[in-house]
Amino acid sequence: MPKDHGIGASQKRREDVRFLTGAGQYTDDINTYGQTYCVFLRSDVAHGTINSLDTSDAEAMPGVVRIFTGKDFEGIGGLPCGWQVTDKHGEPMKEPAHPVLAQGKVRHVGDPIAAVVAESLEEARNAAEAIVYDIAELPAVVDMKAALEAGAAKVHDDLSDNLCYDWQFGSDQAAIDEAFSSAAHVTTLELVNNRLVANPMEPRVALGEYNRANDESTLYTTSQNPHVIRLLMGAFVLGIPEHKLRVVAPDVGGGFGTKIFHYAEEAFVTFASRQINRPVKWTSTRSEAFMSDAHGRDHVTKIELALDADNNFIGLRTDTLANMGAYLSTFSSSVPTWLHGTLMAGNYKTPAIQVNVKAVFTNTVPVDAYRGAGRPEATFQLERLVDKAARELGVDPIALRRQNFIDSFPYATPVAVEYDTGDYTATMDKLEEMIDREGFAARRKESEAKGKLRGLGINCYIEACGIAPSNLVGQLGARAGLYDAATVRVNATGSISVMVGAHSHGQGHETAFPQVVAEMLGIDESMIDIVHGDSSKIPFGMGTYGSRSLAVCGSAMVRATEKIINKAKKIAGHLLEASDADIELKDGQFTVAGTDKSVAWGDVTLAAYVPHNYPLEDIEPGLEETAFYDPANFTYPSGAYACELELDPETGRVTIERFAAADDFGNVVNPMIVEGQVHGGLAQGIGQALLENCVYDENGQLLSASYMDYAMPRAEDVPFYMVDHSCATPCTHNPLGVKGCGEAGAIGSPPAVVNAVIDALHSGGYTHVEHIDMPVSPHRVWKAMQG
Amino acid sequence: MYSFEIESPTSVADAVAALGKEEAQALGGGQTLIPSLKARLAAPSVLVSLKNIDEIKGVSVDGGTITIGGGTTHATVAAEVGGAYPALADLAVNIGDPAVRNRGTIGGSLANNDPSACYPAAALASGATIVTNTREIAADDYFEGMFTTALEEGEIVTAVRFPVPEAAAYIKFEQPASRFALVGVFVAKYADGVRVAVTGASEDGVFRWSEAETALTSKFSADALDGLSLSGDGMISDLHGSGDYRAHLIAVLTKRAVKAAA
Amino acid sequence: MTKVTMTVNGKAVSKEVSGNTLMTEFLRDELHLTGTHVGCDTSQCGACVIHVDGKSVKACTMFAAEAEGASVATIEGMANADGSLSVIQQAFQDHHGLQCGFCTPGMVMTAAALLKENPKPSEHEVRDYLEGNICRCTGYHNIVKAILAASGQDVSGIAAE
Repeated sequence: MPKDHGIGASQKRREDVRFLTGAGQYTDDINTYGQTYCVFLRSDVAHGTINSLDTSDAEAMPGVVRIFTGKDFEGIGGLPCGWQVTDKHGEPMKEPAHPVLAQGKVRHVGDPIAAVVAESLEEARNAAEAIVYDIAELPAVVDMKAALEAGAAKVHDDLSDNLCYDWQFGSDQAAIDEAFSSAAHVTTLELVNNRLVANPMEPRVALGEYNRANDESTLYTTSQNPHVIRLLMGAFVLGIPEHKLRVVAPDVGGGFGTKIFHYAEEAFVTFASRQINRPVKWTSTRSEAFMSDAHGRDHVTKIELALDADNNFIGLRTDTLANMGAYLSTFSSSVPTWLHGTLMAGNYKTPAIQVNVKAVFTNTVPVDAYRGAGRPEATFQLERLVDKAARELGVDPIALRRQNFIDSFPYATPVAVEYDTGDYTATMDKLEEMIDREGFAARRKESEAKGKLRGLGINCYIEACGIAPSNLVGQLGARAGLYDAATVRVNATGSISVMVGAHSHGQGHETAFPQVVAEMLGIDESMIDIVHGDSSKIPFGMGTYGSRSLAVCGSAMVRATEKIINKAKKIAGHLLEASDADIELKDGQFTVAGTDKSVAWGDVTLAAYVPHNYPLEDIEPGLEETAFYDPANFTYPSGAYACELELDPETGRVTIERFAAADDFGNVVNPMIVEGQVHGGLAQGIGQALLENCVYDENGQLLSASYMDYAMPRAEDVPFYMVDHSCATPCTHNPLGVKGCGEAGAIGSPPAVVNAVIDALHSGGYTHVEHIDMPVSPHRVWKAMQG
Repeated sequence: MYSFEIESPTSVADAVAALGKEEAQALGGGQTLIPSLKARLAAPSVLVSLKNIDEIKGVSVDGGTITIGGGTTHATVAAEVGGAYPALADLAVNIGDPAVRNRGTIGGSLANNDPSACYPAAALASGATIVTNTREIAADDYFEGMFTTALEEGEIVTAVRFPVPEAAAYIKFEQPASRFALVGVFVAKYADGVRVAVTGASEDGVFRWSEAETALTSKFSADALDGLSLSGDGMISDLHGSGDYRAHLIAVLTKRAVKAAA
Repeated sequence: MTKVTMTVNGKAVSKEVSGNTLMTEFLRDELHLTGTHVGCDTSQCGACVIHVDGKSVKACTMFAAEAEGASVATIEGMANADGSLSVIQQAFQDHHGLQCGFCTPGMVMTAAALLKENPKPSEHEVRDYLEGNICRCTGYHNIVKAILAASGQDVSGIAAE
């Protein structure tokens, strides 16, 4: 019988009711008294010097309240980067200024030049069009290799070149050289991890409001982490102390990473609302989102694998160029380094690994974390490479993987992380069971009878979630701690509000988090509400990204609930005239062990708030506890994925027929939600593999600037997925034994798709095709087939 | 959007009069026009909605001819011409998405003549007649290149007359983002010959592939096309496919259309 | 400005609008019906789908003035009269057919239009009908499943259960 209550139950989501009835409250649904509307004038060239900027005609237009330019932000901080990477020579990365509004130069199409604040959106748009400016266009730096060549135009004049950092990590040179010189076989692959646009369906919105009475600013924003925005914007950009700054992220329509970062528009509306003493609202259009939301991925990599005569992996070496775009977005620098290099061991016991990453400035939109952030890039390289190695060696790709699996834990990789637990053989066994590999040959025959090719691609993945502990990430350059916090507020009648630092924007925290507390206390979930997304209501929090919410914030919630239980037992002991050590809590009832003497949860909570019969000399009244939790390590979800597809050799079109995912997420609180997270990740991974591509031309013009040219996966593009998370090896270092499930689907799926495409082509005799870069579009397949 | 007024006449005559005003523009279903107005790519002073003009709506079948009012939505075409001209219904039911099909009209599509739209292929392959408030224009004379037609300022497509073919099929290969045709091929077989019209591919907009027509007129079979190919020169080349790829697809899709029609 | 009169979710409304007022703006700004969402500006995402005279349309690609005399239904009018979730809404909750909820109103409105036209659609027909509705969260699996379930079909055998 599946559980219907507590941890492990697929409870229906309580938040759904408001979303299904149109009652959700997203940032754009909020309007305030006296509100003004803001429109940004954005650069239409990739790189240029602003020779002149004249707002006088525009200022005189109807409805205009005020027009702001870079001049208004002179002396005000720029947008900070939250992670300082140290390069291989011990030098800090280059960190150019990132102004709120352009200061003399524009560096990508979409870079904000000026902002019009007006009584209506239409009037703001009209005035923005009337601003007179002259930009002298400079040569645009778009291609990363060209950007690093001597004499290339510089994105930032004050830097020596376009190299942000040259980072090296992993085994020492001698160990790598030894591995490659002694190798019986070396497989090499050059590949691109395509630039993506996160595209949460809700475009970004920011609404700034200033209360002159108490000098307090409020920012309503589409953020995954309102406290982080409060910290970054308050401390680094605008100089507003935390107690005078409230950041609210109400219902947020998806994030996928791109709503982690602190953006210029947030700082602008907060600043402008103080200047004009009226609320200022900005709502992004989708077209604007394409040129102002941080993009994802965009790596170019050469990767080499050394194998011994028995096909054991003995060395791995990578060289990656990582695009930073024009400025360093909040966590951009950490993505190709600590979120990518540390995962290059994958599921394999390769003893020597060296990762080289050059981060490059270009005249493109800043690039930062997108679902998976660094880990999809690592997985894609490695799992494409292993597949290619198997093909070159003429061995079964699953067998080659199995042979090299890490099989004892904990396992310290040559790239600095220690996997606490996992069972890669188990997930691969499960995958093979799910995909009916024996039946594949028959299915391929059927496809061939229709003139189609059929391919099967498999791969493994490992990821690291809940990045921590803070003292370690601090050494690695993080400028923040990566703990989280929760307050459990038990009310007099026994109902509970849990204030959490995690932010739910689709993940179902409002349903899943109460399941944990309900299980611990033995009370019904309906008595427990989660409060999130408002810095004035929550003690602190680092937000939701990197599949961290349950592993980190959930653990804080467990710790706070444990404190509640300890105190409640003391109260119960007093009421029952017994020692608190003898009190047991079960099903919401406090019982003296071995007796039938008991008091109910509600009696204890009432006593805490009406302390007439209460040990006031020993404990305070009330029942509210806060805990901060800083994990001892990352968590390491892992799994094995398979994609089976049909390829039309006449057109090059690929159709996914079956997709299977066997994941190890450790313990699972709400299986329904976990499966939903995997489904969503798979569609994004399949989208990256087959459809999505953010393309600039050589002048830095964005060619894929709307849904007319950026192909979003639709219902027709994907099948029903087979997902399984039964191979669970619980995390050993957090109290729930959970690992995180939000990104796995997007990390594990792209190589499975491309491996399957190559398999299909080889089955049709197109054996010259060793690799096709993503997205594997019909055109690219056809071109590859032409040779 | 820039500001403008909307007028909603109920007769073609009133619409024509309204379109005589300075900077007036006709509004059909709006599925292409409204997004371009949002992007401020057009600045009409008056939009003349054709939605309330009943005389340009509806489908009628008369012997071997189907007449479709210019204001007829794709959804209505999909629902009502299936019996008489299945290939045309099949084309209509695959335009855009259901919500777009409920607003977009055949007249709007033909007046806009997007190089990747479907209806131009049907009209050209069928040798249709585009009927306006002032005249009748043969499809062969109507399409004049990307977004360009024989229509004069203020001229309204009131109906389209399709001679019903003996056999026909439309095969669309979708551009993955917009879901417009990367290439679409309409093959229609008439007693006096086969017509093949291609959309999505050429920099000159919809066109007839005459070599294929000749081959198929002498033998209406996919293998009649063996060895026929088009050059990629003059074909659209963009991030979704090169001119050569589009040329290749035309040959593939034409064969498929013939098979589907036969 | 033009005066428009229509019924929205069964209630008569009459307002002055500009010619360029989109239906999305009319619903959200004039009637405060913020369940109709705007996710793109090229008429593709479908977060704004409503019903006009019983047919699904994209409210971002229609002017309020064009709805003169029409009967308009939005997500706010989809629940049962007693406030409980309709069959389709309930199926979305039961089968986890939504995550962030932003595309959901459009999905529900499109699903309702589909089931009215085709009461027992196949999986392929459902996916095809959702061509104009983009979801970034669910990977569509549970949306398709929810719609099939709402049509009364057995979905217990669908992969991943």
